[in-house]
Amino acid sequence: MPSRRRAFLIIASLCLLALASIGLALMVGSFKVAPADVLAALIGQEGGAGDIVLQLRLPRAIAGFACGGLLALAGALMQVLLRNPLADPYVLGISGGAGVGAMFAILLGLPTLGIDGLAFIGALSAMVLVFGLAHGDGSWTQTRLLLTGVIVAAGCGALIALMLSIAPETKLRGMLFWLMGDLGQSAQWWPPLIALGFALVIATPFARELNLLARGMMQAQALGVAVNRLRYAIFLLASLATAASVTTAGSIGFIGLIVPHLVRLATGNDQRLLLPASVLAGGSLLVLADTLARTLIAPQQLPVGVLTALIGVPVFLYLLSRQPK
Amino acid sequence: MSSLLEARQLRVEIGGRCVVRALDLTLAKGERLAILGCNGAGKSTLLSTLAGLRPAADGEVLLAGEEYRQLSPRAAALRRAWLGQHLSDPFGSGVLETVITGRHPHLGRWDWESSRDAEIARSALAAVGLHGMEARQVHTLSGGERQRLNIATLLTQAAELYLLDEPLSHLDLNHQMAVLELFAGAARDCGAGIVMVLHDPGLAHRFCDRALLIHGDGRTEMAAVDTILTAKNLSELYGYPLRQIEDGNRRCFIPE
Repeated sequence: MPSRRRAFLIIASLCLLALASIGLALMVGSFKVAPADVLAALIGQEGGAGDIVLQLRLPRAIAGFACGGLLALAGALMQVLLRNPLADPYVLGISGGAGVGAMFAILLGLPTLGIDGLAFIGALSAMVLVFGLAHGDGSWTQTRLLLTGVIVAAGCGALIALMLSIAPETKLRGMLFWLMGDLGQSAQWWPPLIALGFALVIATPFARELNLLARGMMQAQALGVAVNRLRYAIFLLASLATAASVTTAGSIGFIGLIVPHLVRLATGNDQRLLLPASVLAGGSLLVLADTLARTLIAPQQLPVGVLTALIGVPVFLYLLSRQPK
Repeated sequence: MSSLLEARQLRVEIGGRCVVRALDLTLAKGERLAILGCNGAGKSTLLSTLAGLRPAADGEVLLAGEEYRQLSPRAAALRRAWLGQHLSDPFGSGVLETVITGRHPHLGRWDWESSRDAEIARSALAAVGLHGMEARQVHTLSGGERQRLNIATLLTQAAELYLLDEPLSHLDLNHQMAVLELFAGAARDCGAGIVMVLHDPGLAHRFCDRALLIHGDGRTEMAAVDTILTAKNLSELYGYPLRQIEDGNRRCFIPE
């Protein structure tokens, strides 16, 4: 249990990390912008680099930060809900549902707004389906929820494979980039940012109750937590956070799994610190990964999901191998 | 003075099978009640029903005069503490961090645990013989130490009523006696009510005022320990012949 002062210091330093990562994202790219010019553009001075910084890089960096934060938050919440440290935001089929919606929209040749809209509808449908099936007899234990989610995700995977195999060549590249997670096609930066702020404001007051829920449902109930209400709320919140992120940037993997783990390793499992720290760390990590994705083989761009997975897999295996049990 | 706990015509079912039928029970301040019965007879289910953690099939349970559905979970947690059998923390945590979770119902939504809460947690650890282990990780503790940690967590909750499901499991003889003395002291000195599921009728006789026998088919019997804890009743309860041995005013029962 961290003291309030230590929690404050950790959050403050992560805020600095977030600012640094966004600053870096604004400077680096195929056209390099000096720090002074970035500042000048940000405070509204006209200049050569202003358009690149304000129109291209800043919206993308903010969207990336918001998506990373949403995924990390959703991952941390899912891990508590399922009482399983290996859960991630996609384990309950949300990204599968969004993927089916998005692939269908791309097949139909809809514009970006249509793709985002169908992806969001797909995510919500998967959420309702998983909840309905798992909640069927009123018990909705963690195991039942997890199994239902995994099966729905598998079904969505099959539908996605079906659509990929019948898609014309010209559309295949866009579909693959969506599936791997890509910030280049995010239409707007403000919806995920608003979703992130909303989710954090809703989740934080319940952080101590989440600590108890992680130790067991009956235990938490006996200590005065309205367990059923809390579990509905987390399920809904984590699912909506995942849906908001997936809609914006496709299914970017591993942020939601790795970041809560890393933060837990560094600060312990107190959700009062874990939730905001995960948001800041997840956002920063995704912004850094996206900056790499834009610059590694510039002017070509990589889907950021490939990078997060390439970083995530070894880090995760390392964490898993040193987990005491 | 109103009772700490009252059950009226309580019916408890497990998967559609009735294990407790029409149970009336009142527990006053400072009273200790033992629940005895075979494996699967419904002792734990009854206890969690009395704790308001699962709904009764019929009848009602009153906590200090109020039904659970009239109480918020937090208000209930301030009145009763429940010790469960299966506890696990998949994420791992420290001993002090775990024991202080018992303070949850006493804290407001935005409160952070104060130094006073930490003090209460430390003295609870000392009360179960775990002082000096505050910084240990829970998964490095032995089964018995974990059980004592759970009991310490219960103590920090500072409720008037303790519902204990097999409080002695995993404990060695010395700590079994220490834990029973601890709760006997809480009943004697602070007027706490204790309901505990036990497997040793001898200890139930020594540390409780009354005993409730659960047969598993809906029948229950309750009386003062002196009258109900006899070789005849217990042999029938466990379905195995027992012999009673008296030593002063203590009893022990050995299998034939």
